[in-house]
Amino acid sequence: MAPQILAAEASASGSRTLTITLFLVFVAITLGITIWASRQTKTATDFYAGGRQFSGFQNGMAIGGDYMSAASFLGIAGLIALYGYDGFLYSIGFLVAWLVALLLVAEFLRNSGRFTMADVLAFRMRQRPVRTAASVSTIVVSVFYLIAQMVGAGALVSLLLGIKPDTTFLGMDANTAKIATIILVGALMIIYVTVGGMKGTTYVQIVKAFMLMTGALIMVLLVLAHYKFNLSALLGAAAEQSGKGSAFLEPGLRYGVETAGDAAKTFYSKMDLLSLGLALVLGTAGLPHILTRFYTVPTSRIARKSVLWAIGIIGTFYLFTLALGFGAAAIVGGADITAQDKAGNTAAPQLAQQLGLDYLGGETGGAIMLAVIAAVAFATILAVVAGLTLASSSSLAHDFYASVIKRGNASERDEVRVARYSALLIGAISIALSIFAQSLNVAFLVALAFAVAASANLPAILYSLFWRRFNTSGALWSIYGGLASAVILVFFSPVVSGSATAMFPDSDWHFFPLSNPGIISIPLGFFFGWLGTILSKETDPEKYAELEVRSLTGHGAH
Amino acid sequence: MPASAEKYLEVQRSEEFAQLRHRLRRYIFPTTVAFIVWYALYVLLSAYARDFMAVKLIGNVNVALVFGLLQFVSTFLIAWHYSRYAAKELDPLADDLHATLENGAVETAATTTDGGKA
Repeated sequence: MAPQILAAEASASGSRTLTITLFLVFVAITLGITIWASRQTKTATDFYAGGRQFSGFQNGMAIGGDYMSAASFLGIAGLIALYGYDGFLYSIGFLVAWLVALLLVAEFLRNSGRFTMADVLAFRMRQRPVRTAASVSTIVVSVFYLIAQMVGAGALVSLLLGIKPDTTFLGMDANTAKIATIILVGALMIIYVTVGGMKGTTYVQIVKAFMLMTGALIMVLLVLAHYKFNLSALLGAAAEQSGKGSAFLEPGLRYGVETAGDAAKTFYSKMDLLSLGLALVLGTAGLPHILTRFYTVPTSRIARKSVLWAIGIIGTFYLFTLALGFGAAAIVGGADITAQDKAGNTAAPQLAQQLGLDYLGGETGGAIMLAVIAAVAFATILAVVAGLTLASSSSLAHDFYASVIKRGNASERDEVRVARYSALLIGAISIALSIFAQSLNVAFLVALAFAVAASANLPAILYSLFWRRFNTSGALWSIYGGLASAVILVFFSPVVSGSATAMFPDSDWHFFPLSNPGIISIPLGFFFGWLGTILSKETDPEKYAELEVRSLTGHGAH
Repeated sequence: MPASAEKYLEVQRSEEFAQLRHRLRRYIFPTTVAFIVWYALYVLLSAYARDFMAVKLIGNVNVALVFGLLQFVSTFLIAWHYSRYAAKELDPLADDLHATLENGAVETAATTTDGGKA
């Protein structure tokens, strides 16, 4: 039997101290970088785009840092540990999605835009309405994502520090500790963004990506060594320990579940799987905090190179999570994981502790490994929320303040000042919403953010770049139409009301049967974009010529 | 800025630009369709062909796992192949056009730096 975290109180408190120490070291290093970066941040290009001086490898690492959230690291490893193969479906969607970014978006966006997604969307359109729409969808996507991450951070801290409901930590009970964590994470992300801008945030991402990859690699090597590098043996042990036999290694335990005798339920469950798959693969290239990453490199060629690095890094990481998830199932066991956390989020830290215990000098080794991986998890959350805050505050300042309110007449200095205040504002609102939401089940918000990105942003981006006829009306229809379809369908879905795991489990107003709206809302977003376009006579062949020539040749790129 | 607008239209209509656009679209659109169909096939099989996905190939390694890993392989291969294709077929053409635009755009340089967005 594997010991649960905190089975031995003595080693637990040692591990807890070490976790906090390591986390503080990470915070100290990243704050140092942030202050250094702030001295190099003088122009708007420095603040929004990190001076456009990052190399392909650096930006590839930073993309990995922005993308590999706690949901990827702890969430997918946990899903695989509890449901086996189905967790892998997530990783595959998240990875294949990068081909959309590579082939259809990254280089053209880099060539024709400056700081935000809206730069490309508004290129040949009427500035104010399109920038307003892009700003709204950027903030909606980012804040949904942000709240999910921050609430997750609050829930994780009590698990990772082992604060049980009836015990206290520094005089705080579990609930107070959750709120304190949310405030701490929020305050740090605001500091990174307002002080360090894109330059500081990018280095934070790079440090985090390095820590995450190293931590995961060590665990993967230990897991594989445990099974003498025999993959089949690892899978066999995982299947046996799970108590589900070979079904554990096949799709169907979590998504697309077949309910005997209930054809409708089975049908919806499978549709939900397809819907999720679609949102995962089309959402990535519409996430504003990923899109703004392409502006941090000098040219579109380097943007391409950074996506290639990102694909390599992210792909490797998802292969790691496969070994971690099956490793946790085999070595820790499902029962011990669910005893700690029903959603399986502690599978990776528990596996780390067990591996340390077995291979790195017993109790002390276990405590050290647990502390290291817990600190990596905190660093992961912190870096991702910083990236999200930066993307949304950039859009608020560059698109809404400078173009809509000031009609393009804001000075650079003024714009950057507003961007800093926007980060403070968005950070404060996210902290408040997260505290309010922390007792609710908001895990669906990440999937919703992907669905909105795929339904509202991606159609507008693709039409903008490749469809000559596309116009202001089409852009507004696709953004607002896609956004509204996704949000409304989710609001009336079982993740918000009418099921035991819903956000409001005691009420029921749901009528849409799927928990992911993508399969309906993504085609709707594309349809609305087409409809809005043909309903308006506006065309501007000259501006399209400029956009097309610039996006393909790099002429006039910033 | 009619001068530079004229310039962009001229380039857009040029033989060389048509060639660049053709080579680009000929690659990225069919490839996108191909990898999305390939991915959709994988998701559909995961949802509806469970018996097939469950077939064991070597030891405990089944079709589902191999299919999933093949999605990784295809993603890596497409990324690698695109970077080679772009470097060979697209970048030289783009550079040529870029140079033409730079040389002819001296008098309009001041108006193009803000991208005409203001």
